[in-house]
Amino acid sequence: MKLSFTSMAGLLFAALSSNAQADPLTVYAPDYFASEWGPGPAIKAAFEAKCDCDLNFVTGDVLPRLLLEGKRTKADVVIGLNTDVTHRARETGIFANHGLNTDNLTMPIEWNDPDFIPFNWSYFAFIYDNQKIKNVPQNFEDLIAMDDIKIVIQDPRSSVTGLGLLLWIKSIYGDGAEQVWQRLSPKILTVTQGWTESYGMFTDGEADMVLSFTTSPAYHLIAEDDDTKSAAIFDEGHYFMAELAGKVASTDQPELASAFMEFVLSEEFQSLIPEGNWSYPAKLEAQKLPEKFNLLGTPQKTLLYSPEEVQQIRKEAVSEWLSALSQ
Amino acid sequence: MRRYSFKHSSILGAAAAALILFMTIGTLGAVIYRADGLTGISAQDWHVIRFTLTQAFLSALCSILFAIPLARALARRAFFGRSLLISLLGAPFILPVIVAVLGIIGVFGNNGIIAKSLNIPTSIFGFHGIIVAHVFFNLPLATRLILQGWQAIPSESFRLAASLNADCRKVLERPMLRAVLPNAFLVIFLICLSSFAIALTLGGGPKSTTIELSIYQAFRFDFDLSKASLLGIIQVIICAMTVLVLLKITKPQEPTTGLDRPVEMWEKPHPVLDVLWIVSAFIFLAAPIAVIISDGIPQILNLHSSLWPAAIRSIWIALLSAFMSLFLSLCLATWIVSLKTKGKWIEFIGALPLATSQLVIGTGLFIIIFPFIAPYELALPITATVNAIATIPFCLRSLVPAIRDAEETFGKLSDQLGLSGYARYKILIAPRIKRPMGFCIGLSTALSMGDLGVIALFAQPGGGTLPMAVYSLMSAYKMEEAASGALLLILLSFVLFWIFDQWGRKNAHS
Amino acid sequence: MLILDKLEVQHGNYRLTADLTLKKNAVCAIIGPSGAGKSTLLSAISGFIKPTSGRISHDDHDITHLAPSKRPVSILFQDNNLFPHLTIEQNIGLALCAKLKLKGKDKQRISDMLNLVGLSGFENRKPAQLSGGQQSRAAIARILLQDRPLVLLDEPFGALGPALKDEMLDLCVDMFRKTQKTVIMVTHDPIDAKRISDCVIGIKDGKTSDVLPTGAFFKEPPMGLSRYLGS
Repeated sequence: MKLSFTSMAGLLFAALSSNAQADPLTVYAPDYFASEWGPGPAIKAAFEAKCDCDLNFVTGDVLPRLLLEGKRTKADVVIGLNTDVTHRARETGIFANHGLNTDNLTMPIEWNDPDFIPFNWSYFAFIYDNQKIKNVPQNFEDLIAMDDIKIVIQDPRSSVTGLGLLLWIKSIYGDGAEQVWQRLSPKILTVTQGWTESYGMFTDGEADMVLSFTTSPAYHLIAEDDDTKSAAIFDEGHYFMAELAGKVASTDQPELASAFMEFVLSEEFQSLIPEGNWSYPAKLEAQKLPEKFNLLGTPQKTLLYSPEEVQQIRKEAVSEWLSALSQ
Repeated sequence: MRRYSFKHSSILGAAAAALILFMTIGTLGAVIYRADGLTGISAQDWHVIRFTLTQAFLSALCSILFAIPLARALARRAFFGRSLLISLLGAPFILPVIVAVLGIIGVFGNNGIIAKSLNIPTSIFGFHGIIVAHVFFNLPLATRLILQGWQAIPSESFRLAASLNADCRKVLERPMLRAVLPNAFLVIFLICLSSFAIALTLGGGPKSTTIELSIYQAFRFDFDLSKASLLGIIQVIICAMTVLVLLKITKPQEPTTGLDRPVEMWEKPHPVLDVLWIVSAFIFLAAPIAVIISDGIPQILNLHSSLWPAAIRSIWIALLSAFMSLFLSLCLATWIVSLKTKGKWIEFIGALPLATSQLVIGTGLFIIIFPFIAPYELALPITATVNAIATIPFCLRSLVPAIRDAEETFGKLSDQLGLSGYARYKILIAPRIKRPMGFCIGLSTALSMGDLGVIALFAQPGGGTLPMAVYSLMSAYKMEEAASGALLLILLSFVLFWIFDQWGRKNAHS
Repeated sequence: MLILDKLEVQHGNYRLTADLTLKKNAVCAIIGPSGAGKSTLLSAISGFIKPTSGRISHDDHDITHLAPSKRPVSILFQDNNLFPHLTIEQNIGLALCAKLKLKGKDKQRISDMLNLVGLSGFENRKPAQLSGGQQSRAAIARILLQDRPLVLLDEPFGALGPALKDEMLDLCVDMFRKTQKTVIMVTHDPIDAKRISDCVIGIKDGKTSDVLPTGAFFKEPPMGLSRYLGS
């Protein structure tokens, strides 16, 4: 009884809200991206001014949602997938080739994925307070050898950064990864479900180091004028992550969707990334970055598995991680 | 026996029970249907199941063990602020989990108040951290349940014991505890079973993974619906068995009368010990809340303007779900009372929401709704409905005894006067249950205020709730503003709880 | 005329059979040891317990299966005769309209009735503001206003002191006689029965005796009730 009431209210609500003009462009995006504090609102405004259309973000866990919806998805464009879940996303078969030129991107790696374009990138890294830690670790061995250090990381089964660290260690140590995890384990204060809880513990002073991105200090430098947070740069190299956008093949607005994909690589969009997403834009010359981005540490070596490799090693790496940390 | 006056209640009650079954078992069924079969239980799953049971068992045990002396101290001491303290006992229960966890870390963590002021290294992470957090959340509940037992002992019995020079503990208190404790233990065990964020965050590693968390992980990257369904089924079975035991051992309870007056005892030994218990419990419960407040205060005056719409949206959802929950609970509770002993089966259905994973409910609903309408169009009504369903078990616990009491006292008179349907509700039931009603609305409102939403599947931007806004602020590195948002959240939760609870108390006739 | 025709009632493990006829306008006491089934009998007549077999009829109407509120019966319970959250006017008004939509005419009837039982001006008080005797008067007023031919009294006024109890018994029986009610009173106290009733029904071990005139009943108690009555 109550249900029929709510669904009726829902239908009514739907009827009221969809009588605008033409169909809006529906973009699936993660919560953080479209929230007031992410780059979403500015991007929406900029694109709407150009296209004379409506852009609507639909937020949530993008990938599970696409997998549930499959080919019936209402999305026209999907933004905010990342390089470690590309394979799974491609398998849904809902994405169309983007057909864009990705030769002149400003990323440390080549990009030739036919379906997805990157819009920002960064490296996974440990962030620390440079007033407290003077003897900065140069690699994982240093980190393991540090006395009295407590780090917080994220669970690779529920968090992008957690998965990133897993692949980072795997790409350096291969079969020795499990042993590295075992030795790292005493330094791990706790493992959180997502990045947010971890970073909160770090800024509260609970943990000495937190797994995040090399670009995280940019927020503190620019928004808080605080230069005490730094990323520890490891000589073994850092694992790379890009966030991606893709066009849905079944879109009922193919032109608008393509226009948005093009817009993603435009300077207007890209210049919103550094201070909207606190990461590097995928296509913006270094001199157009905010000045303080120059203060960020940059790895010498970039580590990355191909989507297919990630798919192959992920399960095994997770169980290594589980057994190492469950001891 | 009194079968004449309950025609309406059985129709509405059956509809409410059907809705609960749909939202719990139905959604689980949808996920199983979509999963194309179930996988077997892996060794890792067994570990997760064992861990879930162990932590819930120990959390419930510790909560009870600490609650007994605290409840006794509160029962026999009259002091200034006693009723305020008892009201405050409701506070941890309605705190949003993520906020509370940061508060607990702020007290007991490496960099917490204790470590700083005593200058000793402490760590909250590990198995003990989970227990501390669960005791923080559930000690108040346990204390309230046990305190009710104490207050239900008639003061004449204490006088009689005193005049016979009998040992109060032996003749009155122990039998009461034997009746009350198993019940309180199982309720808390049940709540801790579905613990989600606490276990992983404070447990310190992947060995502290509960079933609910495993379900989340199965969804998140693996999108392994068969594993999620399997774990969902296991969780329902464990909880259902617990509820069955609970219903078996629960005797019709005394209605919750006021906890406002101390018990009249002739002998009141160990005053120092009592004071110690009360003071330390107060510090234990108040300190994390104090940390949250002090973290939030710096930015509270220049809160981001967009938090206000989120706050207002949250209040609407919370109120909507609270009133839905009350309506559904009333329908169920009157039906349960009218069915006498057979009502236990309906009580069982009413407890099912405790057993079902929020994530399974959300995903199941998504699967059911998606072919017909874009789920985000229904984000708000669905969030409200799911929250309403989730709080029904708590509402039933306080409504059923009160309605039973009203029916026992005035049922025959009402039958004789021909009070049936709405007139019976208005004249007999409603005035007699104002106090638990106020408590129910308050509790449901506060619980849904703090809820993160069904799951992200139904969210849409500009439609987020306050907890989601707090989370988004944290995701955008804005930790201080997030702390203020969290403070706003708990202030609103408490104020709403307090308003409704007071309304119930003010209007109670007893 | 109230007829219990081979009535059998099962209440838990307890079984009661009753077969008796009660004349119109009689004031009759049911007396017997506790646990004998006095209240069960009352519950069966008022419709709270369904009989397993037999019939109850009143003035040639079969009332065996009617709901309590549809029977020609009003009851004065041992206690809880007034809702504490309603005013006296509302409590009495329930006799006129279960939904409590009281019109001016109804209110007039209520205050007339309050006058009659000596409670004039008490309309807007709550029961808690009344003394025990006054509460009993209010309950009597409601029964009078219900105006049903059969009045059941279930160990009435037990909570009042002896003098007040006698006063109330006299008052209510007086009123009920005046308005030509048939009254059945459950009691365990022979003095109450002797004080007000014309006839007595004994009850023991799940069986009822014949309806006997009060004098005859106490002179020669049936069914071995003399031991219980102590005379």
